[in-house]
Amino acid sequence: MRTARYILVFAAAVCLVCAVLVSGSAVALRDLQAANAEQERQRNVLFAAGLADPAEELSEADMAERFAAVRAVVVDLETGAELPEVNSASVDPLVEAGITDTSRAAPDNLARVRRVERRSVVYLVEAEGRLDALVLPVRGQGLWSVLYGYLALEADLNTVRGLTFYEHKETPGLGGEVDNPGWKALWPGRRVFGTAGEPIIEVARAAAGPVSEDPHRVDGLAGATMTSRGVTNLLRFWLAENGFGPLLERLRAEAAG
Amino acid sequence: MATEARRVLMDPLIHNNPIALQVLGICSALAVTTNMQTSVVMSVAVVAVIALSNLSVSLLRNMIPTNIRIIVQLTIIASLVIVTDQILKAYVYEISKQLSVFVGLIITNCIIMGRAEAFAMQNPPLRSLIDGIGNGFGYAAILLVVGAAREVLGAGTFWGVPVLPLVSEGGWFTPNGLMSLSPGAFFVIGFLIWILRTFRPEQHEAE
Repeated sequence: MRTARYILVFAAAVCLVCAVLVSGSAVALRDLQAANAEQERQRNVLFAAGLADPAEELSEADMAERFAAVRAVVVDLETGAELPEVNSASVDPLVEAGITDTSRAAPDNLARVRRVERRSVVYLVEAEGRLDALVLPVRGQGLWSVLYGYLALEADLNTVRGLTFYEHKETPGLGGEVDNPGWKALWPGRRVFGTAGEPIIEVARAAAGPVSEDPHRVDGLAGATMTSRGVTNLLRFWLAENGFGPLLERLRAEAAG
Repeated sequence: MATEARRVLMDPLIHNNPIALQVLGICSALAVTTNMQTSVVMSVAVVAVIALSNLSVSLLRNMIPTNIRIIVQLTIIASLVIVTDQILKAYVYEISKQLSVFVGLIITNCIIMGRAEAFAMQNPPLRSLIDGIGNGFGYAAILLVVGAAREVLGAGTFWGVPVLPLVSEGGWFTPNGLMSLSPGAFFVIGFLIWILRTFRPEQHEAE
């Protein structure tokens, strides 16, 4: 029989060694992981905009080539104005959303977004000098985690071109099916705004009709009510006045006049 | 000694396979075997974790106080799994996304805990390491067979390369959707156990 003292010392030593091992690997591999996550995020901009297919392998050269058609633009979320003097690479909206000076508190919302960054980076896809698609970063609470993704709208700023999520921790096989290519294929063509201009896009509780009959709803994910609701809420939040509402209004006014 | 080591290494492959005979580690075997790539990465991860956990537990076996031995084993296994997960996220990001939580769940894989408690606590380091590798290979063997069967029958491809021409692309093969889903793995593992026990009747459970 060992003494209590021995047991405590032994347990502490095991914990210490394991802690050093775990934190050491986390620190040593952080840069590589961050680079992977960044690449994944950029790939998802292309997927949402329909400029790349998730099934194909993209080299760095391919990515750069596809991105030639895409212009990253820093916008002021409150006014919707473009900030041409700011380099988009120097802005990380998700970091800025966490700092008091560069963000504002969001009013209570169903997407459970607590703070909204003052400026964000959106992606304009342009063809022949005219807007072809607009890619907006969106995020909001699902069941277990915050879902981070991109919503791409056609030039009419109403029709969905694509929706993808690049990071979430929803249940694999249930809420995790937000990554299912079959489900994502249901989105293009749906319209996000109602006649009064309010976002009414919705992930339905059950099956929705085809685009022509049911333009504002998409099939719910079976067994993932909370994740489905989360997707509805986060889209509605970011399309409304506290999200990209002012930007969309400005772009609409520019297109009209 | 050499034959002893050989027995420790080879036994878990067929004779005493952790999945097919002991029916352990089924959860991850169902979840990650939809195609070859995820099966291989998962196999490598499990072999690494089980080998290192057996080795470390064996090295410490005379120092671990018996009344906290399970939690000490778990701490070691959990740390190894976290490190493995970090490495996968850094070097094979795409596949680690597909494996999602199942890498983390290696911690709860009974094979690893079972070998640490049943073997590494009583045996010297080298033999424990070999036992870990052997059991890891036993797990991997089933994973690879199931992964190959499911990918070929469920998608008509092997390692992402088409091997059976699909009907949708003008061929003759209609993919079996069941094989892409977890229940498909139950059928394949069931067939494997059936085949093994047909050739090795001593593996039958007593009536």
